[in-house]
Amino acid sequence: MLARKRAEAAQGDWREFVIEALIRVLGFSTIGFVLLIFLFLLREGIPVFYEVPLSNLFGTRWYPPFDLFGTMPLLLGSALVTVTSILIALPLGVATAVFVREVAPEWAREILKPMIEVLAGIPSVVLGFFGMQVVAPLIRETLGAPTGLTVFTGALILAYMALPTIISVAEDALDAVPKSFRDAGLAMGATQWQTIWRVVVPAARSGITTAVMLGMGRAIGETMAVMMVTGNAARMPLSLDSLLRPARTMTATIAAEMGEVASGSIHYHALFGIGIILFLLTFLINLVAASTIFKKQRRGGLR
Amino acid sequence: MIRIPLQSWFSILRLSSEGRIAAAGDVLRRLTHWALLAGVLGILLFGSACRQEISGAASSTKTAEKTIENKGSDTLVNLALAWAEEYMREHPEVRISVTGGGSGTGIASLMNGTADIANASRDMKAEEVREAKANGITPMEFVVARDAIAVVVNPSNPVSRLTMQQISDIYTGKIINWRELGGENRPIVLLSRESNSGTYVYVLENVIRMGDPRSKLLFSPDTLLMPSSEGISTEVRQNPNAIGYDGLGYVTPDQKVLGVARDAGRPYVLPSIATVNDGSYPISRPLYMYTAGEPGGQVKTFLDWLLGPGQKQVSRLGFVPLN
Repeated sequence: MLARKRAEAAQGDWREFVIEALIRVLGFSTIGFVLLIFLFLLREGIPVFYEVPLSNLFGTRWYPPFDLFGTMPLLLGSALVTVTSILIALPLGVATAVFVREVAPEWAREILKPMIEVLAGIPSVVLGFFGMQVVAPLIRETLGAPTGLTVFTGALILAYMALPTIISVAEDALDAVPKSFRDAGLAMGATQWQTIWRVVVPAARSGITTAVMLGMGRAIGETMAVMMVTGNAARMPLSLDSLLRPARTMTATIAAEMGEVASGSIHYHALFGIGIILFLLTFLINLVAASTIFKKQRRGGLR
Repeated sequence: MIRIPLQSWFSILRLSSEGRIAAAGDVLRRLTHWALLAGVLGILLFGSACRQEISGAASSTKTAEKTIENKGSDTLVNLALAWAEEYMREHPEVRISVTGGGSGTGIASLMNGTADIANASRDMKAEEVREAKANGITPMEFVVARDAIAVVVNPSNPVSRLTMQQISDIYTGKIINWRELGGENRPIVLLSRESNSGTYVYVLENVIRMGDPRSKLLFSPDTLLMPSSEGISTEVRQNPNAIGYDGLGYVTPDQKVLGVARDAGRPYVLPSIATVNDGSYPISRPLYMYTAGEPGGQVKTFLDWLLGPGQKQVSRLGFVPLN
């Protein structure tokens, strides 16, 4: 009997040990994978920076079959699409978060929150198809663009995709504002509207910044929908009407061209070079988002 | 880590040898344990086994040639599928798998050994041939059909014919309004396939540069590069400003096909089997299949078949059969 009990105890020990080790290995391997991916990206992409002269690499024409690797139109294309989408999504997202958290009655909130989460689950290719078939003709007919496949169409679709992220993170930020703030505002004689816009939202602004940054990270990395609706013309989006003209983003370029490129060629390295730029940009955006979270923590609840 | 499971393995052995009947729950718990460990091990082993199996399959196709991997040009993919279906009906022992992806993709697959036949809507570039030879492969070229490239616009567009020079000027951005071509006052929206498409390369060399090898003309940066033929036909159908091009087999009745003239003085000709065969339609090209070295076994019989009786399928799909 005693021997058996001891055996069982020993068994419990090794079981715990194995599970703990497994979890630890899995946890660390996540970091390892990110590092390995970055190393791979560097190994494949760095050569382009000495294979192609910088004047060509940061030139204005992307034309890989004829060794023109100007990434400027792609960088600006991505930037324009992303910034426009955030400009659309920010007011909508914050307003929705305020409504869901501060204004809507309990039963409405119970319906709205899962519905917003469902939005995040729509596959991007479906949104892209919708954009191509429905939004693009609308844009061409109502805004008078030569074609409906424009920066603005892409930005609309991206805004729609970034909304769930922005809403749920901003809502959490509003949720973290102490009840005493609202009570104080109302007690001072402010209306609910004034309390929300002058007290609660400013108090949650670091969280809202995080929401916007995360939404931006989502938008800049999106590929399929953007490839389907922005027209993929590698032109410099510098004129005033660029919003209603096509553009080519970095992600769409990689997706469209990686399939056929001969591995090890300059074109191949150039695509990975774009990947490095994209990685650094998303990293930077996430860093800014994370730093606002950390700042909030350091202040220890005092805002 | 290895020591502990081994010990408990022994403890299980000992328990059973002593003939003691453990409680049912105990056994179950132990079984789940081992199932978990076995699962993890299994996944690891399966991963490596899979890799071996795939390489094994690749080498067996080369020797036995039961499955013919046929990959490449999106222009050719429907025709290749029709051929494959018909041939497999006549020869049930042969399996042919057909994939698209673009001419460049097919040629790359031929070089790395994942395809037995590469479909291409352009001939292999000199550097591709060089790369293939460096990999120990001598590509063999077969012309399997001919294709006309149709220039298409929206049906509401009054323009119905263009010269080669005009098409070149449109795609390089010299002509930017339909008014200059006798149409309405509308901007021209240029549509093209992505640069991995053989059709793209053909149009650049033979239409935009009009066959002049010294020409440095390029597609205008305003050209919309569509990821698929479907993308082009959708936009042409919806947008009265658009002009696009695609293989004749892909033109749907809701697009308007333009007549094309070699020079201003020559007649404008619509693409069809007859006009491609008598050479009067100026934008037509051969479609190719490539094999790695001289084809043998099933690949050879398949190619012989499609160059002979298989040509009946060609016109049905909107392409032009070889004479």
